[in-house]
Amino acid sequence: MSTVVLLTLTGLGLAALYFLIASGLSLVFGLAGVLNFAHGLFLAVGAYLTWWAAPRTGLATAVLLGVAAAAATGALVEVALIRPLYTRHTEQVLVTVGLSLAGVALLQSIWGADARVFPRPDWATEVTDVLGAQVPIDRYLLIGAAALVLVALLAFLRFTRYGLVIRAGVENRAMVSALGIDVRNAFTLVFAIGGALAGLAGILGGMYFSSISPGQGASLLIFAFIVVVIGGLGSVTGSAVAAVAVGLLQQFVNYYGAAGAGDVSVVALLAVVLLLRPTGIAGKVATA
Amino acid sequence: MRVRTGQLAPVLALIVAVALPWSTIAVPGLFEGPLNSPGTLQMLAVCLVFGGLALSYDLLFGRAGLLSFGHALHIAAGAYGVDILVSHYGWALWSAALITVLASAVLAALLGSVALRTSGIAFSMVTLAFAQVGHIAVNRDPGGLTGGEEGLPMRTAGLPDALVGVLNTVNLYWLALAFLTVVALVVHTIDRAPLGRTLIGLRDDERRIAVLGLSPYRLKLLAFVVAGALAALGGVAYALVVGGVSPHVASSELTLSLIVMAVLGGAGTRWGAVLGGILYAYLDQRLARLGGSLPGPFGEPLFVLGTLFIVVVYFAPGGLTGARRQPLRRSLTGRRPAPTSG
Repeated sequence: MSTVVLLTLTGLGLAALYFLIASGLSLVFGLAGVLNFAHGLFLAVGAYLTWWAAPRTGLATAVLLGVAAAAATGALVEVALIRPLYTRHTEQVLVTVGLSLAGVALLQSIWGADARVFPRPDWATEVTDVLGAQVPIDRYLLIGAAALVLVALLAFLRFTRYGLVIRAGVENRAMVSALGIDVRNAFTLVFAIGGALAGLAGILGGMYFSSISPGQGASLLIFAFIVVVIGGLGSVTGSAVAAVAVGLLQQFVNYYGAAGAGDVSVVALLAVVLLLRPTGIAGKVATA
Repeated sequence: MRVRTGQLAPVLALIVAVALPWSTIAVPGLFEGPLNSPGTLQMLAVCLVFGGLALSYDLLFGRAGLLSFGHALHIAAGAYGVDILVSHYGWALWSAALITVLASAVLAALLGSVALRTSGIAFSMVTLAFAQVGHIAVNRDPGGLTGGEEGLPMRTAGLPDALVGVLNTVNLYWLALAFLTVVALVVHTIDRAPLGRTLIGLRDDERRIAVLGLSPYRLKLLAFVVAGALAALGGVAYALVVGGVSPHVASSELTLSLIVMAVLGGAGTRWGAVLGGILYAYLDQRLARLGGSLPGPFGEPLFVLGTLFIVVVYFAPGGLTGARRQPLRRSLTGRRPAPTSG
């Protein structure tokens, strides 16, 4: 029993990371049609800036700085690199591929390729007793943060004007443009939101794994891609459901099955979902 | 007249490439030793292998418009397949290579038949996911076969004498050149055949091909299997030239590098991918060696290559080999882009 509880909470913690990365990816993809390979870079920017600033400004301020820097990176990438390639979707994706290679190499040249110990507040390293399982507190931190983000994101999409434009743009971009609304501002906003979420994921991931490295984003990114496709492109709720499914499946199969079987079973889940429902579980629908 | 130079240039290039190991010219700056030194020859051999691998990828991407993120899987299948058969089971090289390439073609047919049921971005994701399984598998070292993270050195006792030893590097160089020639012949034969034009038709507008009564699925599957088999052959060549395999061969980073090579040189053009592959592999090896002496981020090959790639995508959409007749129009989302003026 205690093993199941621990696996569930750890799986949900991992799901929280996947959700934070996937929701930003999913919105960007749904709206702008860009599969953003540079998303892992946003994650690394947030994590490294927080790691750098924590001893200087205190952890709380450092987290805010990290998230802000990742959001700014996202907005900057959209304005400087994605926007000039308007309508050239393949080239937009290629630019993010180049950026992911160059950006990670840049981080590596500054801070080296080795993993760095990530600062954690003392209370996050303690464990609690849940039904006999010793659960580290950082699991709750991850799950709580992801739940808050989910609620905030859904509220933003449902109740604000920009949220309306984004939802409509994901559904049918041509129609929104035809109505005289400049979707491109929404692009920048969505990239900034995606950057902020990725930055937060990078920081929480640093606490979860207790270290950060320049390449960490890449391995998380592949599972986040899988979550995006399973969840249905452009759907935040779909991403949340898919993230929970992927996180739990991966943890449980990795524990009870052979080494690496969890990762493989996630890919099998992707193949099954795509063959049954090529558009993912939520289909391509506006989020809310 | 132009047509004739176009046909002659590759033949001349091939003759020069074959004759190159007899030259003792030193090219300071470009290479560390004279052209016929083993170090330079091995470096050139790696470049030639990547030229061929990039062209095999471009059969999918530049010609059929299939943005696969899993090409590394086929390369890894070839490299690990031949290495395992030779090093663990003591097979003779040539039969091991033959069986590996055939098995890889079957694997490509199986995976392709699943992946090609989806299109656009979903296809990219499925291929990425399949390749990820391969990467996980070789890292886990199943049954002690792949050597895990350390990779699997090629057992030299199982190889023909002509391919073993520093003095025989020249044979590895010719082997790499032969691989590149085979890929170029296969891909260019497909280009000239009706199949090539159909693939380009698929890239530009799949419905048009379907309306003509052809099956896009079967044509794409054929391209996928041929590209997979060529990649596996490249994997065999790579394992021989480098003297073994490491899990990097199965990583998604390698697939991304192939995309960069194809686009850098000019995706969908005749020689673009080959030149892109050779240039990328050259810079990658050269910059890594110069790494310590270059300031800041320039010591990281991927920083230079990634930046160069972005610059090419912006300012030379046709790649380094010149303007493509039209940019890749097929969008990842299946949305048809608005016609742009000019």
